[in-house]
Amino acid sequence: MSLTTTSNRINQLFEQKRERILSVYFSAGFPELNDTKTIIRQLQDSGADIVEIGVPYSDPVADGPTIQDSNTKALKNGMSISLLFEQLKDIRSEVTLPLILMGYINPVLQFGVERFCSKCEEVGIDGLILPDLPMAEYLDEYKETFDKYGLKNVFLITPQTTEARIKMIDENTDGFIYMVSSASITGAKSGISQEQIDYFERVRALNLKNPTLIGFGISNKETFDRACKYSSGAIIGSAFINVLNNSSDIKKDIDGFIKSVKGKV
Amino acid sequence: MKVAVDERGYYGNFGGAYIPEMLYPNVEELKENYLQIIHDPQFQKQFRGLLKDYAGRPTPLYFANRLSEKYSTNIYLKREDLNHTGAHKVNNTIGQILLAQRLGKQKIIAETGAGQHGVATATVCALMGMECIVYMGEVDMARQKPNVERMKILGAEVRPASSGSKTLKDATNEALRHWINNPVDTHYIIGSVVGPHPYPEMVALFQSVISEEIKWQLKEKIDRENPDYVIACVGGGSNAAGAFYHYYENEKVNLVAVEAAGKGVNSGESAATTMLGKPGVLHGSKTLLMQTEDGQVIEPYSISAGLDYPGIGPVHAHLFESGRGKFLSATDEEAMKAGIFLSRLEGIIPAIESAHALAALDQLKFEKDDIVVVNLSGRGDKDLETYIKWGGY
Repeated sequence: MSLTTTSNRINQLFEQKRERILSVYFSAGFPELNDTKTIIRQLQDSGADIVEIGVPYSDPVADGPTIQDSNTKALKNGMSISLLFEQLKDIRSEVTLPLILMGYINPVLQFGVERFCSKCEEVGIDGLILPDLPMAEYLDEYKETFDKYGLKNVFLITPQTTEARIKMIDENTDGFIYMVSSASITGAKSGISQEQIDYFERVRALNLKNPTLIGFGISNKETFDRACKYSSGAIIGSAFINVLNNSSDIKKDIDGFIKSVKGKV
Repeated sequence: MKVAVDERGYYGNFGGAYIPEMLYPNVEELKENYLQIIHDPQFQKQFRGLLKDYAGRPTPLYFANRLSEKYSTNIYLKREDLNHTGAHKVNNTIGQILLAQRLGKQKIIAETGAGQHGVATATVCALMGMECIVYMGEVDMARQKPNVERMKILGAEVRPASSGSKTLKDATNEALRHWINNPVDTHYIIGSVVGPHPYPEMVALFQSVISEEIKWQLKEKIDRENPDYVIACVGGGSNAAGAFYHYYENEKVNLVAVEAAGKGVNSGESAATTMLGKPGVLHGSKTLLMQTEDGQVIEPYSISAGLDYPGIGPVHAHLFESGRGKFLSATDEEAMKAGIFLSRLEGIIPAIESAHALAALDQLKFEKDDIVVVNLSGRGDKDLETYIKWGGY
């Protein structure tokens, strides 16, 4: 397969661009139930490169208080997987960015794995991040279905992940690797320490085939710029949820925030 | 039938380790080491020593004469209520703290619902001089105040879980998050046969001392090791796993698990997971789980704070699915009645959790010479307020 024929938008993006990629997470159905499309469109217009759409879950163990809270509010607003697919029905008529669904495995199991993947393909989802789906189960029971519907599964690595395991993850990934910046849940720590830089450099020295994006603790231009020195870009979640939470004009505030993070090129 | 966990951490279709990558090294470290540590003779010596001298084991297997007469059969009570701290929970916390020490951990975290596991954890942390943080749902902290204070007296820090429904499942989430943030120096003592592999099997191993004792105690008393029935209540299912453990593969022994039906299985206020749950993933394992159509976890209800967990240990999901275990349920009312009944008949006020197991005696038909063991997992002191509010005595 030649590199230019790949149809997945994640692969296409990284073929064109390997630096300063900004991926932004938000929880679908938050702050208002029907903000989903508005937020995605605005993120595209303001210059985000990837959008991670959070599928709300009652028990998001890998997330800190900010994202737990947006999950809880989204569920209270009436968000569900079915409704999310309904909201995303025509998204591809206006949005060309790679779209990733990020959530937990249980709601996917209840929806039905095959049905979920098929819906993803139908609305134009490119990848999935399911932090509590382990590698072994993914390879045994899920990969085939994900592949069938053209979905890239994104794995996380942390400062505690061994080199052998990072290589194994790299081998079984075709998209990008989500490099968790520190031992933490989302939104827990801010800033980037020397210890983290050592870890980023250690991973860079492995010369992985997949690009890496750094997530957790990225909240503004300064942390984004630092992360970009050691990877292809970074992921912002909690800080963006805070922007939405305090906003009376989300389009304007999203625009302001994304431009402030990316800065003038 | 084979019940034992396989090398992937599954009991039949249930189990596994559905954890974020951030927890992988911790859980892997445990998985790689727990069997070797537990089977080390030095470990066993220390573990057994503490069970005997500190927890007060072996707990008696008591022939309940008047109760037996009532049901026209032979009922033995396994007196886990006589353990130090008032329940079987301490078997597991002693085991896990010794394991944590061998793994070089300095700090302990735990979750608790009613507070029994929190107290048992705070107790062994005091014993070993280790720092202890217990997560407890805000709602539970308000309704289980004496246990909160008990933990504090023992030197533990009790941290409120204020996310989600602010109860046991959220306390478990918070403890998992704490572990993600502190992966190197901290061991997480899970209180039941739940969580990612190897927790369900590890906790069951520590609790298996219950059925180990039942075997030799029956042998001593009536010259047979195997009863016809073992009956135990199930929330997450650690006391049941311990009482069933050495009988899994002897199919002549009926294993009866009793869930909390709350106000009735179909009342919308229940914790009868096998009746109401579907396969799903919670707290790191695939199991039966009470959840909405959309896969959101449902907050269960029972008058007994130790049984209102939305899931069930994966081994129990397997016992249920395979038919090896018989699953019954008892309502609040049936359990309270059974608790008061035992108090009057035998002079033992049981924990309301254990009263659910006793309530199942009404739902089973026994032969005159059947040998029935009920695991009396805890004592009722902690439930006095609930008994008083319920009245009827």
